[in-house]
Amino acid sequence: MRISVDVNGEAYTRDVSPRLLLVHFLRDELGLTGTHWGCDTSNCGVCAVWLDGTPVKSCTVLAVMADGCRVRTVEGLADGDKLDPVQQGFIQCHGLQCGFCTPGMMLTARALLDSNPDPSEAEIREALSGQICRCTGYENIVKSVRWAAEHERETQEVAT
Amino acid sequence: MQVPAHFEYERASNVEHALQLLASYGSEARVVAGGHSLIPMMKLRLARPEALIDINGLTELRYIRLEDNELRVGAMARHADLLSSPIVAEHYPIFTDAERVIADPLVRNRGTIGGSLCQADPSEDLSAAFAAVDATAVITGASGTRTVPIREFHLGPYETVVEPAELLTEVRVPIRPGGGSAYRKVERRAGDWAVAAAGVAMWLEDGVIAEVGIGLTALGAPHFHAAEAEEFLRGGQPDEVSFAEAGRIAGRHCEPTADQRGPVDYKRHVAGELTIRALRAAAARANGSGE
Repeated sequence: MRISVDVNGEAYTRDVSPRLLLVHFLRDELGLTGTHWGCDTSNCGVCAVWLDGTPVKSCTVLAVMADGCRVRTVEGLADGDKLDPVQQGFIQCHGLQCGFCTPGMMLTARALLDSNPDPSEAEIREALSGQICRCTGYENIVKSVRWAAEHERETQEVAT
Repeated sequence: MQVPAHFEYERASNVEHALQLLASYGSEARVVAGGHSLIPMMKLRLARPEALIDINGLTELRYIRLEDNELRVGAMARHADLLSSPIVAEHYPIFTDAERVIADPLVRNRGTIGGSLCQADPSEDLSAAFAAVDATAVITGASGTRTVPIREFHLGPYETVVEPAELLTEVRVPIRPGGGSAYRKVERRAGDWAVAAAGVAMWLEDGVIAEVGIGLTALGAPHFHAAEAEEFLRGGQPDEVSFAEAGRIAGRHCEPTADQRGPVDYKRHVAGELTIRALRAAAARANGSGE
């Protein structure tokens, strides 16, 4: 079946089997291996991507269901060479150890900050509760998201 | 790697089209909405439909609104929609309570209300919540729509009254004054299926329980509700003595099974305690003193 998907602003058209999962479409068909493939049971959240602006677990979405949709992966977070504040926060606050959960964490964090620019620690933990860090580095992940929130506001205040 | 078996895929563009596709594929087709129950089952080959009818394009079924003094929830409303709805929080906080503890935010972004009810998983939370509020399911087929009380909707685990060529399109809950509702759940970890859960909707008149509904999740309660405990409470006082006895009745009459989430006697105990807590919270809300 032929599908067309907009991934990070670029249009891709491919012939795929209906049973192909979105995570494998992104990784194997498009070579976008920033989206990780973890538990395969919609528990761990490393495969999180945006589907039409909403974070979802791509191991539980068929690629054909994304036909005509916009997908955003971790490769689409940075603006050219300029890292997203969430990415900068993960660097500044040591928000990753092995890095396996990081792409999903950052995409969900980006969605959170878009809807709630000043989240509390509890709100950050709730937003990330569908994602597992096997290194158990949650403290620094939460700090990274807070860092991004604070620096985004500073940037916006300077701009205005 | 978990991959579903081969299947045909069709994307429905509206309700009529979905019904046509269901009619043409027959009983071997399954409707897929959020897919967060069905796709994992297909990956494990526990489900092997020959065709999937994708209804994510049926945006006309994605709504939550008040109409004719009823709360009306379209089948394609997502869990996240129910959780964030101010209408729902105002009239039936039992759903807001339940949605906070259903899976996780990413799953709630995708999973749908209609899909949850039609999957008919014995551990699914909304089935008990809708049973507690005595909702009505609206089912659409080629010859029109029919309504079914939600307490007659589930025939058993993974089985509902929705026929192969029909679609659950809406759930309706009457709005009545003087009510309060709440949902309480025990789970092993955040986002897990319930060990047990209880939901209560209660209406008070002149300080007496005029009407009450009690839903039970993952406890083997017939049609997800505790009829004997409801019967005991009707006409009684909304006090701790009544709640304790209702909890005891609910725990005795449900039929939980032993599994990795606990033995039967433990689940009966949790059923009773959660029934008491949900009754307490619903009564406080009915009195305007609950959070």
